[in-house]
Amino acid sequence: MEYRAVHAGAPAYLDAASATPLHPVARQALLAALEDGWADPDRLYSAGRRAQQLREAAQATVAELLGVRPDELSFVSSGTAAVHAAVLGGLAGRVRVGRTLVHSAIEHSAVLHAAAQGEAVPVGVDLLGRLDLDAWNTAVAAPGVALASLISASHEVGTVQPVAAAAEACAEAGVPLYVDAAQSVGRSPVPPGWSLLTASAHKWGGPPGVGVLVVRKGVRWLSPYPGDDRHRPRPTGALDLPAVVSAAASLRAVLGEAQTEAVRLSALVEKIRATVAATVPDVEVVGDPVERLPHLVTFSCLYVDGEALLHALDRHGFAVSSGSSCTASTLQPSHVLEAMGVLSHGNVRVSLHRGTTEADVDRFLAVLPGLVADIRKEAGM
Amino acid sequence: MIEVDSRGRRCPLPIIDLARKMPSVEVGEVVRVLADDPAAANDIPAWCRMKGQEYLGSPAPDTYDVRRLR
Repeated sequence: MEYRAVHAGAPAYLDAASATPLHPVARQALLAALEDGWADPDRLYSAGRRAQQLREAAQATVAELLGVRPDELSFVSSGTAAVHAAVLGGLAGRVRVGRTLVHSAIEHSAVLHAAAQGEAVPVGVDLLGRLDLDAWNTAVAAPGVALASLISASHEVGTVQPVAAAAEACAEAGVPLYVDAAQSVGRSPVPPGWSLLTASAHKWGGPPGVGVLVVRKGVRWLSPYPGDDRHRPRPTGALDLPAVVSAAASLRAVLGEAQTEAVRLSALVEKIRATVAATVPDVEVVGDPVERLPHLVTFSCLYVDGEALLHALDRHGFAVSSGSSCTASTLQPSHVLEAMGVLSHGNVRVSLHRGTTEADVDRFLAVLPGLVADIRKEAGM
Repeated sequence: MIEVDSRGRRCPLPIIDLARKMPSVEVGEVVRVLADDPAAANDIPAWCRMKGQEYLGSPAPDTYDVRRLR
């Protein structure tokens, strides 16, 4: 075991894009709200009113931080629930115009699953994972387009999307734009111009089970779910109010340190990009090297089984994720990597958070080339 | 035409089969890969781009042609 000296160290969790560890402020707020916010906020006794106050305060806080009005914002039971409500409610609200959803080919699978309920027109990306704006402009201007959907930045490769330009084209065509901002909120600003936006608290360091849906004033949204209020998004079932309170408190804390963290993590990502390219033969570091999320980097190693590499890294204390087909239940490679036309096997996504240290990254970079070489050797390469 | 039969083999094995065949392919010659793994359609062209070989397309289902350029 030649890497014994370097892999001695605490385990490093490097999959913040799946779920970011709870921010200390989120933990404090959660514990406090568990004492105080357990009642049904729609009831008229004092415990209910207290819960209602907490919900409204959380709503006002997140709305202020996102630069929207409190009555434009709803909390729902997860990021996925928010995505589904945005897509299905956005489509339902414009059914008189048409049924078509124009979306980038690199949307999150939650968008694609919801899109499958209507008529979906995908728009491609280039080799760096950036939206083809010409194709987008043509697609949104076609007749019968009810809604357009663009991820703020790729959750798999980190490439930031041209949201402002895409929004301009949508405005010109009179089509509302939905932006899935799950990887951006709490880390980097989302340009204005959108009509609907969603985020997910456990991507920014809040608790799981809190999704945020914003529907701007004047945007037609119609509930796709059973219920009495058809024009205003509401959670299906009871909201986890302590988690919502925690989500709001942690977003304020996270945004307070976002700029500093973005600079720090971006430098670590740069180090990973450069070192992996230099020390691992036959590797492709994918995504835009400049216009990217600060905390996320993806690369693919030729002739390497992605699942084997994930397990090898796990044994050395590193938690990462992969878009390789062998790690998916369907045996299909990641639709994002496919849309870009980059290698899909031997794929590793590393995503960092406020707890990630330079020592973690250095240890990862020291261990990786040997693990890749071992797997290749075993495969006879 | 030289043929590599990787049917029934899972990703990344078809790409490994192709790469191991290359030394026996003359420059300018075409090698045909038969692969039914869903990732092959994406990864064979990507391999060609990374390795400076020419991807000629898929003339039939599960069939991919590659020309050796170097």
